[in-house]
Amino acid sequence: MKALILMIITAALVNNVVLSQFLGLCPFLGVSKKTSTAAGMGGAVIFVITIASAVTSIINKYLLVKFNITYLQTIVFILVIATLVQLVEMFLKKTSPALYNALGVFLPLITTNCAVLGVALTNVQNNYSVLESVVNGFGTAAGFFISIVIMAGVREKIEFNDVSESFKGSPIVLITAGLMAIAFYGFASLSF
Amino acid sequence: MTKNIERLYNGIIKENPTFVLMLGMCPTLAVTSSASNGLGMGLTTTAVLIMANLMISALRNVIPQKVRIPAFIVIVASFVTMVQLLLQAYLPFLNESLGIYIPLIVVNCIILGRAEAYASKNPVVNSIFDGIGMGLGFTLGLTAIGIFRELIGNGEVFGHAISFIADYKIGIFTAAPGAFFVLAALTAIQNKLKAPCATNKAEASDIACGGNCTSCSGSACKGNKELIEAEQLAAQAEKVRKAKEAAAAKAAAKAAAEAKKED
Repeated sequence: MKALILMIITAALVNNVVLSQFLGLCPFLGVSKKTSTAAGMGGAVIFVITIASAVTSIINKYLLVKFNITYLQTIVFILVIATLVQLVEMFLKKTSPALYNALGVFLPLITTNCAVLGVALTNVQNNYSVLESVVNGFGTAAGFFISIVIMAGVREKIEFNDVSESFKGSPIVLITAGLMAIAFYGFASLSF
Repeated sequence: MTKNIERLYNGIIKENPTFVLMLGMCPTLAVTSSASNGLGMGLTTTAVLIMANLMISALRNVIPQKVRIPAFIVIVASFVTMVQLLLQAYLPFLNESLGIYIPLIVVNCIILGRAEAYASKNPVVNSIFDGIGMGLGFTLGLTAIGIFRELIGNGEVFGHAISFIADYKIGIFTAAPGAFFVLAALTAIQNKLKAPCATNKAEASDIACGGNCTSCSGSACKGNKELIEAEQLAAQAEKVRKAKEAAAAKAAAKAAAEAKKED
């Protein structure tokens, strides 16, 4: 139990998916203008990555490893994830309209999020069990949620600041991301 | 032949994926902590890009239009797997240092973008040259950023120490935050010089790819594009409906007025 909690903390803070591994940068920079949309995107990412880590690790364990075709991992995972996102979208639309309204818009965007494939591959490379994969996936996605919401909060304030002409737009956002990365860099010295 | 040279020029200079199109930002930031990593990643991506362009262009009349994106993804993923196995066998140190970013070449939007925008519509030889041009452009971008970060952060270039800089090195530049700062400085310089760049167009958004999904040819943005188009269609339909309602209301009011007059 303790190991799993530490795993979540490590995945969310120490190895933050955006700020130290540079995965999922597009939504991080693109959908972080308002805190509410950022939270929606973060929620959708948590949802998809957790399910995707479960599905990919089950497929890996009971199909790919069993039949000794682990070299097909990349191909299988990307197809599974793309299909899964579509499936989750259709499923939510039918069964839980409230959740669909909250997350629905962001779901198609997640297919292009390389964090999903990244987590699936990390799980396999580290030989995680199915439970560990789900926990690691959840932790990583929680890290994405934390960083994108903080980013959106900061950007809402930047709107009112006097930014020099050449730094308007993406440069100032990237500098903010860099400063956040320095802050998260501090977690690297946590040792358990 | 001139067309092939034009393709090379287009990929390396005019539409350089790193500096102009700002595509594939995840690997750009992640692996450029040293020049040799940047070069390795660039060349690996180039190899995949050339092979994928060749295959997709050769199959362009066979792949049905509706399932082309999944077909492209499978082709790209197959080549990535091959390249990964080759690296594991012959260049294990590069495989070690690039790690998870090698299989993640599959989701690099440059590759799917070229497949969708060029290789699926043009003959094989031109597509190969397009792949070489774009790949070299990407390699150039990654190596340049890698040299800069390694020089400032570590006082080295390709592992050779430069003595007078080594005393003043700023370690943060080889760490994760440094990547953001280098990219921020790069985009700021491009803004200042009004250089052609995805982040620098009129009404540019601040997504790394320029965010203009409606006019984007990259298939990675297909989801966004469809979403935006659907929204636009819905808005248009809403407008039409409102206009109709207003017209109906007007007509009703007119009829009512006439009826009143008759009374």
